[in-house]
Amino acid sequence: MTGADAILRCLEAEEVEVMFGLPGGAILPLYDAMARGTTVRHVLARHEQGAGHMAQGYARASGRVGVCIATSGPGATNLVTPIADAWMDSTPLVAITGQVRSTLIGTDAFQECDITGITIPIVKHSWLVQDVRELPEILKAAFHVARTGRCGPVLVDVPRDVQEAELDFVFPDSVSLPGWKPPRRGHPRQITAAAQAVAAAERPILYVGGGVLNAHATDELLALAEHGRLPVVTTLMAKGAFPESHELHAGWPGMHGPKWSNWALNKADLVVAVGARFDDRVTGKLSAFAPGATVVHLDVDAAEISKIRHADVPVVGPLRPVLAELTKALEPVAGRTGPWLRQIAEWREEYPLRYEEGEPLKPQRVLETLQELTAGRDDVVWTTGVGQHQMWAMQYLQCDVPRSFITSGGLGTMGYGIPAAVGAKAARPDATVVCVDGDGCFQMTQQELATAVLEELPIVVVIVNNGYLGMVRQWQDMFFEERFSQIHLTQGLPDYAMLARAYGGVGFTVESDDELREALREALASGRTCVVDARVDPREHCFPMIPAGAAAVDTIEFDASERVVA
Amino acid sequence: MKHTLSVLVENKPGALMRVTSMFARRGFNIDSLAVGPTERHDVSRITLRVDCAHTSLEQIEKQMHKLVNVLRVQELAPGESVERELALLKVAAPASKRAELISLAEAFGARVADLGPDSIVFELTGTPEEIDSFEELVRPHGLQELGRTGRLGLGRAVRGSKSRPQHALI
Ligand SMILES: Cc1ncc(C[n+]2csc(CCOP(=O)(O)OP(=O)(O)O)c2C)c(N)n1
Ligand SMILES: [Mg+2]
Repeated sequence: MTGADAILRCLEAEEVEVMFGLPGGAILPLYDAMARGTTVRHVLARHEQGAGHMAQGYARASGRVGVCIATSGPGATNLVTPIADAWMDSTPLVAITGQVRSTLIGTDAFQECDITGITIPIVKHSWLVQDVRELPEILKAAFHVARTGRCGPVLVDVPRDVQEAELDFVFPDSVSLPGWKPPRRGHPRQITAAAQAVAAAERPILYVGGGVLNAHATDELLALAEHGRLPVVTTLMAKGAFPESHELHAGWPGMHGPKWSNWALNKADLVVAVGARFDDRVTGKLSAFAPGATVVHLDVDAAEISKIRHADVPVVGPLRPVLAELTKALEPVAGRTGPWLRQIAEWREEYPLRYEEGEPLKPQRVLETLQELTAGRDDVVWTTGVGQHQMWAMQYLQCDVPRSFITSGGLGTMGYGIPAAVGAKAARPDATVVCVDGDGCFQMTQQELATAVLEELPIVVVIVNNGYLGMVRQWQDMFFEERFSQIHLTQGLPDYAMLARAYGGVGFTVESDDELREALREALASGRTCVVDARVDPREHCFPMIPAGAAAVDTIEFDASERVVA
Repeated sequence: MKHTLSVLVENKPGALMRVTSMFARRGFNIDSLAVGPTERHDVSRITLRVDCAHTSLEQIEKQMHKLVNVLRVQELAPGESVERELALLKVAAPASKRAELISLAEAFGARVADLGPDSIVFELTGTPEEIDSFEELVRPHGLQELGRTGRLGLGRAVRGSKSRPQHALI
């Protein structure tokens, strides 16, 4: 068979259900092979960036490896943003790109581009396939590397002549990667030390990151928290990894986390970081971050240990067995964390999320209404864009099940929401997938509404339409003395509801509470691709907020009397 | 502080670039770098000299371990390793100065690699420090061109003396 057919047989052998892509010259043999037949569904995106984010959304919703495909040159460079995003958020992703013929490489041939070179800093590994006989082993290795150790993106660049060349296909049973040895278990002595540190602490807290989801270790996390009666904060990437209605859930730390959550993390005497990486959006000023805390750090990636914050007790290993063994080793003193949990509960009472209700429609109200209308459902998957709306989504949506909140954390990629939602829908056809988007973000990837409609992957997009690049507006307002510069998008242009209809979906424009509730109810029940354009108060700021570089306990809160306190 | 790292990588296209790119991306400076074959045809050795604090060194090593092509990373601790470098130095040498330069070179064990009417090319293998001193000594005579390979190192042959394996997985 040809190399192109072999690629498909490899994807089938890896049990890939769906791939997202867009064809072009250098990848034509692969698309021709698809026409010959494969069990893998291909979803045709409208832009390769969309295909990449769809694969990410699929990966995050399913816990499997996402696959995206593009042609050489511009097709491949359009994948750079999703690859970088997957790198930052440790999303398992296999990107397959076409390359010009081997004989043309290095000649500046039409649509030639050194995509393996361009992506070196943002992939776990990449391969330029030089001999068709290597293809099966390389693809097997690609999937293996993407999903083992700390998950992340890999790239396989396949010259056109390699796709066309013939080989005797055998899918290998194993891969030979002598330099790839992710840890298989945590060191028992370190786990014992961690258990002792937890048992000895008076104010312990679990600081949980996205690693727990990648490790499929959410059950083990729940068991540990309950066994030790330990409060849990979940980062943006881990939202949903621990049930948010659980009494031990202590909210979300970081720049726009509630004050009580940040206080809980920062006043702890023991921070157990679980698959989290002390991102600056969580720690704020590092020297002032949880200053009194001993740090236990559990991570599959040894390089995260003491990268940012010194770990007193490091445990390197896959989180699932590590958490299970830690739970086993932990002998909690009955009632020990009681006073601490009561303290956190008091802070929670004292510092609820606040905003001023009224006219015009408040953006927070949009999220609250979405929450009300979906409360108790375990079949809703949220995706978001990046900006104020994303932070409000984090604050107001309650996620009780893993993989129900999909967002671009580390890279903060505007436009992630819509394609990620399409990918999530492909992974969870049974679920209602809702993208909470900004008006700015929407305009970066709106064309994928066509994909949603035509591929019958219906999604609901709720635009928190403030007519602005709102998060930038907030920064200019708060930190640049209200000098607004190049942020006004307008609320009315384009007409989003009309756009939705142009793409074959259903459009709603709402300006009041009642209209909002009605439209959302209808959209959520419709089973069709819908866009709800919610025109909201453009002046609203997202609070609380820890200014960049400030101490995490120095939160700026909403103040009704003086709208901005700087 | 300066550290010498000896890194074994699979002899695959791009392996060196992946290592150097990681340094650039994470903001670590490479002082010198030497690459070449090893006793195994499918493995290359990269000897790197970096200037960094101990904590960064640990970070560098761990980041290198994550590269799929990297097989082993080891710090060559001073005293427990042999480090050598090769230099070629073209020095201005009018007839009147020749004898003086050549005896200077002999004292360092440098060889004359090429001899011209106005200049000499010396070849010197030694510890990087020896090369530094030789370079300083000939500089006043007019150092016209200099090329150094960057240091190359191996753990010592003496039994029991092992370079510290840089990061045992915790
Ligand atoms: C691709 C990209 N470009 C620019 C930014 C910087 N940025 C962060 S938030 C934001 C505004 C987003 O506007 P919108 O989608 O309307 O969301 P809002 O903040 O108004 O809710 C911008 C420009 C980014 N994160 N990503
Ligand atoms: Mg906006």
